[in-house]
Amino acid sequence: MSTVVDLFSQPLSAINVGAEMFADDIKAQGAPVTHLDWTPPGGGRPDVIAVLTALSRSDLAVKIADANAEAVERIITSQPVLVGYAPAIDVVPGMTRKTILHAGPPIEFKDMAGTMVGAVTGALVFEGLADNVDEAYDLAASGEITFSPCHEHQTVGSMAGVTSASMFMHVVENRPYGNYAYTNLSEQLAKILRMGANDQSVIDRLKWMRDVFGPILRDAMVSAKEIDLRMMLAQALQMGDEAHNRNNAGTTLLIQALAPHILDSDFSTKDKQDVFNFVASSDYFSGPTWMACAKAAVDSAHDIDYSTVVTTMCRNGVEFGIRISGLGQSRWFTGPAQYIEGPLFPGFTKEDRGRDIGDSAITETYGIGGFAMACAPAIVPLVGGTVEEAIDYSRQMLEITTTTNPNLTIPILAFRGTATGIDIRKVEETGILPLINTAIAHKDAGIGMIGAGLTHPPIEAFHAATLAFAAKYC
Amino acid sequence: MPTRSLIKKNKYIDSVSLMAISTKAAALDGVVNAVAAMATPMNKDVLANQGLITDDIAEATPGDLILIVVTSGDEAGADAAMNGLIALLDREPTGQASEIVHHTIAAAAAARPDANIAVISVNGQYAAHEAGKALDAGLNVMLFSDNVPLADEIALKRRAHDAGLMVMGPDCGTAIIGGVSLCFANKVRRGRIGIVAASGTGAQEMSVRIHDFGAGVSELIGTGGRDLSAEVGAIMMLDGIAALDTDPGTDVIAVISKPPAVAVAEKVLDRLAASEKPAVACFLGAGPELMKAAEVRGVQLFNRTKPAALAAVIAGGAREVELDLHEINRPLIEEVRAKLTPEQRYIRGLFCGGTLCDETMFLALEKFGDVYSNIQKDPAKRLKGSDPSRAHTFLDFGEDEFTNGKPHPMIDPSNRIERFKAEAADPEVGVIVMDFVLGYGSNPDPVGVMLPTIVEAKDAAAKAGRHLEVLGYVLGTDRDEQGFDAQVKKLTDAGVTWASSSTNTGLLAREFVSKGENA
Repeated sequence: MSTVVDLFSQPLSAINVGAEMFADDIKAQGAPVTHLDWTPPGGGRPDVIAVLTALSRSDLAVKIADANAEAVERIITSQPVLVGYAPAIDVVPGMTRKTILHAGPPIEFKDMAGTMVGAVTGALVFEGLADNVDEAYDLAASGEITFSPCHEHQTVGSMAGVTSASMFMHVVENRPYGNYAYTNLSEQLAKILRMGANDQSVIDRLKWMRDVFGPILRDAMVSAKEIDLRMMLAQALQMGDEAHNRNNAGTTLLIQALAPHILDSDFSTKDKQDVFNFVASSDYFSGPTWMACAKAAVDSAHDIDYSTVVTTMCRNGVEFGIRISGLGQSRWFTGPAQYIEGPLFPGFTKEDRGRDIGDSAITETYGIGGFAMACAPAIVPLVGGTVEEAIDYSRQMLEITTTTNPNLTIPILAFRGTATGIDIRKVEETGILPLINTAIAHKDAGIGMIGAGLTHPPIEAFHAATLAFAAKYC
Repeated sequence: MPTRSLIKKNKYIDSVSLMAISTKAAALDGVVNAVAAMATPMNKDVLANQGLITDDIAEATPGDLILIVVTSGDEAGADAAMNGLIALLDREPTGQASEIVHHTIAAAAAARPDANIAVISVNGQYAAHEAGKALDAGLNVMLFSDNVPLADEIALKRRAHDAGLMVMGPDCGTAIIGGVSLCFANKVRRGRIGIVAASGTGAQEMSVRIHDFGAGVSELIGTGGRDLSAEVGAIMMLDGIAALDTDPGTDVIAVISKPPAVAVAEKVLDRLAASEKPAVACFLGAGPELMKAAEVRGVQLFNRTKPAALAAVIAGGAREVELDLHEINRPLIEEVRAKLTPEQRYIRGLFCGGTLCDETMFLALEKFGDVYSNIQKDPAKRLKGSDPSRAHTFLDFGEDEFTNGKPHPMIDPSNRIERFKAEAADPEVGVIVMDFVLGYGSNPDPVGVMLPTIVEAKDAAAKAGRHLEVLGYVLGTDRDEQGFDAQVKKLTDAGVTWASSSTNTGLLAREFVSKGENA
């Protein structure tokens, strides 16, 4: 706080907003000045700016600050622990034989993107509800199948996120708060159901995962009892993962922890070898694990009155949806899912890209993934950009978050914690959108992953949430 | 004509930079018209009026950047011009790659605990919100932006008052704090006279006159032009006076404003009378009622800038006999009068500075009845900027009608150049009066950009057997970057008569054209 008297008795030190020449003139006179890289708040929308001004009123600002402090306290002190693997039908709330969970905000089958249609039809064939994908398509369109977002079932799903009854799930318990989170197993890369592929090789792999891979992991966890995911994630970040697109370290740590228990299981050596070879075929094995870990932590921050902290970011390939702690779990705020900028596999062009899809942005919601890019300079060739930019992204995300997470630190930023608790007000004030580090699926059903890159949520979702927040609390 | 338009979604560039970019783009090969503007409703209206709107532009939001080039050549030329315009958007990086860039006042203030003022010059519709954020962060505010709603100004100033902070502005062009000149201010000597100013060029004139009289300025606080309105009630000026009252670096307090609401003026005079420090007030065009009100309170009040500055300097301990008072040059007046024909009887004032325009106009009004202006209080004598001149005409080119979508005339002289040509061709014109404002923020060579037009017009008049009298005033000090002496020399070398102050400019102008009994 600097009163007028202080201003006259101390050297002038300025923050300049607007015309840069005024900052240049101050600098030329030898006074310190910070020139802001400013954009109009609220995307320049007068209604949003009016709300932002109203939200900064001191009584309301204090309530919001207190609520957000509680939300991030819950996220930070969450301790997600892997306690088992089990079929979805046995553990996921609300799961039935004819339910298909999907990534992103709610969407009807007729509106689904090609990637998701491919996954849905493949899953119906896998579940034996249809003989082939054409039949599956008719069944999906018939109204007999219940479609519901993973996020509304304590679940997350990578890419299309399609989750059906007999798929094996991670079971993650958030120790201090008692909530559970679930996600299915990595199919590794790249022609896979979650990317929209659905040919016989995809179905066969899913069956093997149901009959061998899942049960071995289940039995291994019966023996291992529990694995502290937060601690393992912290290690992985320090070993060069950002835990969304780069999982080399995390996968090694996880399989290392599971290996003795896998060996101890009652399966054949051949089955065990198949499991190790499958895990070794892609470092993505632990990708879903960190999603469930993040989901368990962030879910504990739902439903705190007055909190402007984002508790969900996810995409269904058509729309990007967010949920806000203070606005309840039933309210989705959406905008168009974006295209992802980044390198594509040889033979594919920009026209082949599907829009942003998947629940994996739960990692960024938690503060890892794109938010922890500074941990993972090695990922730069995959998603494009430079190492400096990767480090800057992690710095920049601090401008839109509530605090840092001391349990998940970034070595190159002097072991500062990851940026945690995205605040819709800060997104609106700065015009900085959360950075998401993600894979690119082909736009059509049946093809699969074609690249990886960077994207961000549409600002419209934040506008909608900000206006709704004001309607509820102002 | 081949036209190209492009929308860059979610790309923000501040309006001052955009104007510079538009200006540069207009100079590209074959470009007839170039637009680089944010897609605000106002800008879209402007484009609609120019027939440049497209469906895409109509749908763009204020966060989107619109680029348009209209060209005179072929289609390939239009593409090249658009590429040229796009290339102009690439700005030099603002600092080292490792330098942390901040996007909000809150983030910058958190990282810079020593920060004590925010200088805000964003578009008026966003300015109040940013100023509120600065107050939240415990910063004083200089609000350069204009077009801020009056209710927002009052709310911000009350908040600042309660928090012991200042909100200078909105529409505050000039301040000098702790010896650092902010926005449009001159480089003046540091001294012991504190100024509170409700007008930008008024503040510049006071500080420059004080410097010229050998004294200096402790702090110069701007308040914005509406501070002394009945609605705002001089919140900032009263706080500014109070701050200078307690400031150990200030011995004398000087205030300057255009004519304020009488009740508000009395509050200011009361506050000055209550100060133990000597105080001088300058309310341009103050009538007998205000003069009386000041006299009753024992406050020195002037309606001209130069005597006010002189009184402040003397109150600070200077001895009048030792000062160069720049008395009016009587022989010069006779010399000019002798060159003018009986028909050449009108003043045409073309000003960048509002207060300079005001002062010259008020001095003319003391002698003449037929004085027209775009800032005339009397509606019968008010002209629009686009109206032709009538009798004695004074135009303030800093008014909104000239600056909407264009840089201030202190930066961009084009409007004034066009008008000068028209006035110079009018055989009834006795003298064209112009100000040239130096200092931070201004054009690097304000005289130079005007000079070719002046020389040409004087030659044309001479060929027509007429003397064209041009009276120029250079507002600046020997410390300003533009070089005061060099600017004055350029004027006098071209045969322009030089005036040494705003007050003298007004006095000389009216005397030059006085005829017969009036003389």
